[in-house]
Amino acid sequence: MSNPAASRDTPALETIDLRKTYSNGVQALRGVSLRVAPGDFFALLGPNGAGKSTLIGILSSLVNPTSGEARVFGISIHADRGGVMRQIGLVPQELNFNQFETPFEICVNVAGFYGIPRRIACARAERYLNELRLWDKARQPARMLSGGMKRRLMIARAMMNEPRLLILDEPTAGVDIEIRRSMWQFISAINRAGTTVILTTHYLEEAEQLCRNIAIIDHGSIVENTSMRALLGKLDVETFVLDIAGACVQLPEVPGVKLTCVDDHTLEAEMSKQHDLNSLFAALSARGITVTSMRNKTNRLEELFVRLVEHGGSEKGKVAA
Amino acid sequence: MNDLRTEIAINAGASEFSVARANAVALYTITRREVRRMLRIWTQTLIPPAITMTLYFVIFGTLIGRRIGMMHGFTYMQYIVPGLVMMSVITNSYGNITSSFFGSKFGRYVEELLASPMPSWVVLTGYVAGAVLRGLLVGGIVLGISLFFTSLRVAHPLVAISTVLLGSTIFSLAGFINAMFARKFDDIAIVPTFVLTPLTYLGGVFYSVNMLGEPWHTVSLVNPILYMVNAFRFGVLGVADVPLWIAYLVMCGFAALLAAIALTLLHRGVGLRS
Repeated sequence: MSNPAASRDTPALETIDLRKTYSNGVQALRGVSLRVAPGDFFALLGPNGAGKSTLIGILSSLVNPTSGEARVFGISIHADRGGVMRQIGLVPQELNFNQFETPFEICVNVAGFYGIPRRIACARAERYLNELRLWDKARQPARMLSGGMKRRLMIARAMMNEPRLLILDEPTAGVDIEIRRSMWQFISAINRAGTTVILTTHYLEEAEQLCRNIAIIDHGSIVENTSMRALLGKLDVETFVLDIAGACVQLPEVPGVKLTCVDDHTLEAEMSKQHDLNSLFAALSARGITVTSMRNKTNRLEELFVRLVEHGGSEKGKVAA
Repeated sequence: MNDLRTEIAINAGASEFSVARANAVALYTITRREVRRMLRIWTQTLIPPAITMTLYFVIFGTLIGRRIGMMHGFTYMQYIVPGLVMMSVITNSYGNITSSFFGSKFGRYVEELLASPMPSWVVLTGYVAGAVLRGLLVGGIVLGISLFFTSLRVAHPLVAISTVLLGSTIFSLAGFINAMFARKFDDIAIVPTFVLTPLTYLGGVFYSVNMLGEPWHTVSLVNPILYMVNAFRFGVLGVADVPLWIAYLVMCGFAALLAAIALTLLHRGVGLRS
């Protein structure tokens, strides 16, 4: 049921000037144009209320666009909604399954909604519930599951139609680190197997590690859309946190380095990526300050994200500060 | 993960099932889910109408009915059985679809349906089928209970069955529309309380409309439930207050109109999509 006209180069997702204005007048999307290549692991980031969920809602047929076009593997959502839905698996932000049904029933029923015969649906449900370590809970009412299990159940459910495009809207919110890592392993494996993945998350270090391309949306507009490597390459300033022995009394002047005293035993050093660290350590050493450990203050993507969102589209390309 | 990769690659390009077959599977899935829901909460769906109707039979049929003479050649108990069966069918079909569909909106799992490739008519047909099956099951239970109180011989089985199916379908569709517009649980209780119950009681369940003087006789003819009750009574007892062809015309007209409205609303996503 894929689009026979679609070639290997057909984008997994293409939106053209997509706009959405809600009945209360809120403009959630202001002309979003986006392309996601097939097989990509794509991050869609933005602050709360930026328009991410509206965009995902339009793609998954839960929100009607005001104007514009969206195509999934070349199929227009206006012309063939059913055809688009067959390509997509959705893991929404909010829990949206019947809490009185069991995980097994939920998965098999959703497969049925996609027209997948029950025999195949049962086999798939067993496989994905097993892979997401939920099989031992498969026959318990879903309301008995923990928060992390419910999140994994929604991933298993989204896999029931074995989608070509998997959309994950903050799938790890509120999930502990161990389960989050196992979820990412699963999603990464799905992506390596050929499924295109679009991810929204507030854990930016995860987006940085997992995603190859990225779009940042703010106030309903795309403010950045590039590869993760290119985006990170724009950042030429880093901030280091230095733990020091003894008290932070008088800081040295180091050209090209902005030194700040955070507390009695902690310094922050903001400097260009090209700047060598030796001069900093030499200056600190000359003042009798001993550095006991050092780390990056924040992850790089988070720093870029904050700058892009703070400055909006007018500061595109100036994130190097 | 290798077998997973292979399977995804195969599914990505291949057309596994025809659209028609996919729709048939989807329709079966919704109907099955609705029936399982009804059976899972049988103490709420099957027992209350059985108890209520038993009380009707005891009080109206046995105790009061003895003091009422023959109605169209039948005892009062026999006369009210078709109306009470139809009343159960109507109220349970309506109640089933409103609570189930509004529940899916309230719990947000209606999104499973909206984000699937199913066309609107499959969603509607699946929910209506589930509600009709509950109506038929409850109707059968009530009819079975009535046999403890009186004897019945179904005069026109085809008329009886088609009338129950049409009546149940009409009120399932009406309940679906109600659930689409409903924003809170109160909204699905208002129509049964203020519209459905009065219309049912004034629809000739307990009396013949020919007993009414004017203008109430003419006013009663506007009530669609009157035609359902009388058509079913004709199917069971062979007597009715209205011509059968008019009853079928009214029922088919209502079914077609409500189906068109429900499909249009569903297609537009009224109360469902932003």
